[in-house]
Amino acid sequence: MPLQEILLQQLANGLILGSFYALVALGYSMVYGVIKLLNFAHGDLYMVGAFAGFGCLSLFSGWLGAGWAGIVPSILLSMVAVGLLGVVIDRIAYRPLREAPKLSVLITALAVSMVLENTVLAFTGGQFTAFSTDLGFAGIDLGLVHVTYTQMVLVGTSIVLMVVLELFVSRTRYGRAMRAIAIDPDACRLMGIDVNRTIALTFFIGSALAAASGVLAGVYYGSINFFMGFLIGLKAFTAAVIGGIGNIPGAMLGGLLLGLLEAFGTQIPGIGGQWKDVFVFAFLILFLVFRPTGILGKPEVERM
Amino acid sequence: MSTTTAPAAARSPRGIALTAVVILAALGIPLVANSYQLEVLSEAWFYVLLCLGLNIVVGYAGLLDLGYAAFFAVGAYTAGLVTLKLGLSFWLSLPLAVIAASIAGVVIGGPTLRLRSDYLAIVTLGFGEMVRITVRNLSVTGGASGLVGISRPWLFGYKLNSIGSYYYIFLALALLAVVASHRLERSRIGRAWKYVRSDEDAARAMGINHATIKLSAYVMGAIFAAIGGCFYAAKMTAIAPETFTFNQSLLILLGVVLGGRGKIPGVILGAIVVVVAPELFRDIGSMRMLVFALSLLLIMLLRPAGIWPERWRWG
Repeated sequence: MPLQEILLQQLANGLILGSFYALVALGYSMVYGVIKLLNFAHGDLYMVGAFAGFGCLSLFSGWLGAGWAGIVPSILLSMVAVGLLGVVIDRIAYRPLREAPKLSVLITALAVSMVLENTVLAFTGGQFTAFSTDLGFAGIDLGLVHVTYTQMVLVGTSIVLMVVLELFVSRTRYGRAMRAIAIDPDACRLMGIDVNRTIALTFFIGSALAAASGVLAGVYYGSINFFMGFLIGLKAFTAAVIGGIGNIPGAMLGGLLLGLLEAFGTQIPGIGGQWKDVFVFAFLILFLVFRPTGILGKPEVERM
Repeated sequence: MSTTTAPAAARSPRGIALTAVVILAALGIPLVANSYQLEVLSEAWFYVLLCLGLNIVVGYAGLLDLGYAAFFAVGAYTAGLVTLKLGLSFWLSLPLAVIAASIAGVVIGGPTLRLRSDYLAIVTLGFGEMVRITVRNLSVTGGASGLVGISRPWLFGYKLNSIGSYYYIFLALALLAVVASHRLERSRIGRAWKYVRSDEDAARAMGINHATIKLSAYVMGAIFAAIGGCFYAAKMTAIAPETFTFNQSLLILLGVVLGGRGKIPGVILGAIVVVVAPELFRDIGSMRMLVFALSLLLIMLLRPAGIWPERWRWG
């Protein structure tokens, strides 16, 4: 393959991978921004979302087909279901520990992640589930590379979701409440903001975005498994840190950057596919050393 | 002052008698147990060592380390490489493993602990994966199949090659870990760990360098795991990357948290539960991790300080 073609192909791969990362990183970053909780279960919500979408699609494909007519309602249903799951998790596991030391909350989040992962493992027996759709490889030829309609829809959907989220957080009452809680939850309570409800809303949106990403990834890669949330959770965190954690445009930027980095990283001689995860984490550590606040983050010291 | 902060049970005649009985019983077990039981109990003592090491990080310093198995891997692979590739004595791998684990600990912990300490959790998670992927990809570490045929060490003219001898080796290591933890906890640095854990700002105001203190806890934990890893390699004679997965780190953490982080008897209990419970309830088999996950969640919600808690309130 000529170099130019490889580069263009990797650009397309990187953007798609990056938009999956970005969607997951958004939820990670939002929850961290609002309640300073590293929600380890976030990657697993992506996984549960993929399975929920798969279940819906199996139900719908009978009368809507397994094309976009069946996929779109599956994505929406999965988003609602996983969004509610996120709210339930917050209510049961995180809300009782709102005032507890950070370590207790982190361990609880880890426990939630293990419960989700192992529940799905128990149901699926650890097998890869084929996520088959009727989407073909039809598309358009852009110069040297062939871009399928599916790829365009994936990136387009991610961008639309990100723009809607940014508008929601920056323009609406609820978004303002979220930003206020991030600064001072006690003052918000005094100002009549229902803090717990706003946090629940944050969990709903974050989890729904993770679910959307999960279904899209299932559609794109054609197979899902109980372990798919583990690595993406780690990478979404990396993306959030690169962009500046707690910052919505930062999470998008970080996600896309990480996707591109990974896609091009596999092309560098000596790195290749087997080293790509090591490469990504090394990048995370370098970022923490030289620019811990990320690209768009403001300098901050641990809150006194 | 340190005498008054020591737990009353450890100083009382009853506590001493109880400790002596437990140690004597542990010493006498090989006389009556079969080799399967010895195998399980050796693993339990080994987990006591690992859990006490992680307890320094999680229990004393209040930091979450999710890649602890990586340091265990560093120890095991150091022993494997030193004996197989360099042809040197097993005992030489101990200081080398300690050095390797300390360097790795500083590289990972240094940049992370200066920042928010909750970043440590996820960076260590990434580190654990990095180490596993690295040993799987390198040819010197034997790739996915790992290292086989690690020679058994000699001690005082005896070759350590029966399960009985490893039972005593791991029991001795566990006891050493208990003594070391106990001494560290009551030392100046141990008090600093707990001070930073309970109120970092106050500790800083008193002139404690929070980043150095946290890093020292992280590195100390790493050293415990590396030493354990060396002996693990000697016992198994074969090591493979898939022993050092994220689940391995989780099991060690589970021992610490279930038992009671920060309290030595609690951690010992937790480590034994993590190893022995799946053997007693063979039926749950593949559901083992789900049962562990649910119990971890329940304990965090209902009894956050663990089964046998430290007197300090975790909130």
